[in-house]
Amino acid sequence: MLAIIDYGAGNIGSVQRACVETGIQSVITPDPADLKKAQRIIFPGVGAAPTAMENLKRTGLGEAIKQAFAAGTPILGICLGAQVVLDRSEEGDTPCLGLIAGTTVRFKLQDKSLKIPHIGWNSVKVLQQHPLLADIDKEDEFYFVHSYYPQPAKLESMFAVSDYGGEFCCAVGNKNYFAVQFHPEKSGRFGLEMLLRFAKWDGSVPAKSGAKGK
Amino acid sequence: MLSKRLIVCLDVREGKLAKSIKFVDTKDIGDPVVKARQYYMDGADELVFYDINASRANRDITLKFVEAVAAQIFIPFSVGGGIRSIEDATKLRLAGAEKVNVNSAAVKRKELISEISGAIGAQSTVLSMDVKKTTKTREIPSGYEIVINDGTHMTGMDAIDWAKIGEKLGAGELVVNSIDADGTKDGYELTLTRMIADSVGIPVIASGGAGKPEHLYEAFAIGHADAALVASIVHYGEYTCRQLKDYLHSRGIKVRMKF
Repeated sequence: MLAIIDYGAGNIGSVQRACVETGIQSVITPDPADLKKAQRIIFPGVGAAPTAMENLKRTGLGEAIKQAFAAGTPILGICLGAQVVLDRSEEGDTPCLGLIAGTTVRFKLQDKSLKIPHIGWNSVKVLQQHPLLADIDKEDEFYFVHSYYPQPAKLESMFAVSDYGGEFCCAVGNKNYFAVQFHPEKSGRFGLEMLLRFAKWDGSVPAKSGAKGK
Repeated sequence: MLSKRLIVCLDVREGKLAKSIKFVDTKDIGDPVVKARQYYMDGADELVFYDINASRANRDITLKFVEAVAAQIFIPFSVGGGIRSIEDATKLRLAGAEKVNVNSAAVKRKELISEISGAIGAQSTVLSMDVKKTTKTREIPSGYEIVINDGTHMTGMDAIDWAKIGEKLGAGELVVNSIDADGTKDGYELTLTRMIADSVGIPVIASGGAGKPEHLYEAFAIGHADAALVASIVHYGEYTCRQLKDYLHSRGIKVRMKF
């Protein structure tokens, strides 16, 4: 069973509809106990980090995500799920889950003609290969809507970047946790393909897979 | 680098597709869900549905319709028409709309923008403004005035002022729809679009008047728009989304070419 975490942060229905479209069985759940049983977990979310962290704490879902991570369950974070997984977020100076070392930071753009939030379609440059990024090439675009992005402390946690007034990290990972800043559920064919790859992913990342590529 | 967006607009009346010309004489032109799927497959970057004559009576029809669309397309789409409260906006979001558009109701009660923005986020709150060219006066220094109720009522508000107010109140995007250009196929109102795009820090969507691919190019290159909205140019099969994007790409505008 694939569990989509419901913690009151945004439009999780669209994640489930994308699963239906690709033939992936999923359940939306607000129950931490379900995350223990789940074979895979999608951790979505749109909104502000302080509210999200507060909800995750209050419901026990934050602790359940940490346990599932420790148990090796494959987890896919989307948007907020790529931000609150680091140590802390600049948004409201919020302590976060700390599954990946680093900080979630706000865009600091020199070019004043660029607007925040970064909304729309942008291409993604893969830095290190990962089972979920297989077959993505530099012309594939994904849908973004965000003002903050994850900035991992270690390069080995950074899997892809995008460019908006300079490169920023848009895919982070650590072992069985992988997360993207963009929205695969709103990114047309390439996004749906990523969800399908997640549904088949066993949570392992081939050692030095970046060097070998696919 | 961020791509410029091609947005297809579908006017919907009681769950059916309509396209208005100068906001009168609307006629049905097909099933909007089928059309939406077709545009999604053809490379539209986003869709917007305007629910013409949205009223409390057919609110449920709208929600069912939005759910049906959300199950068929996997790109962002927004819904506008008759949104007057946080509850209206939240229901549409849950039904699957990525964004909601407010228009006349926000002019009548501008707190609506901040309320909706606070509830579902600025990124999901779009302010649509219908604009008519008028004589420059002290009240309307730009010579562009906001009109409401499908273009039938002048408000005495300057379009540039309203755009800035909308941004301040928490709108995440602006649709700038020229009533004069709408349905003419003579091109977007470039002066208006540019004036607004240059005065706000949020994305601006040019709307009204697209008749050929060059017009879209102008909206980006001259009008400084972040997205261009099209309707009849694609509804009647004159151009596909792919053809419009091929043209923009050939003129050096960055658009999403793989889909």
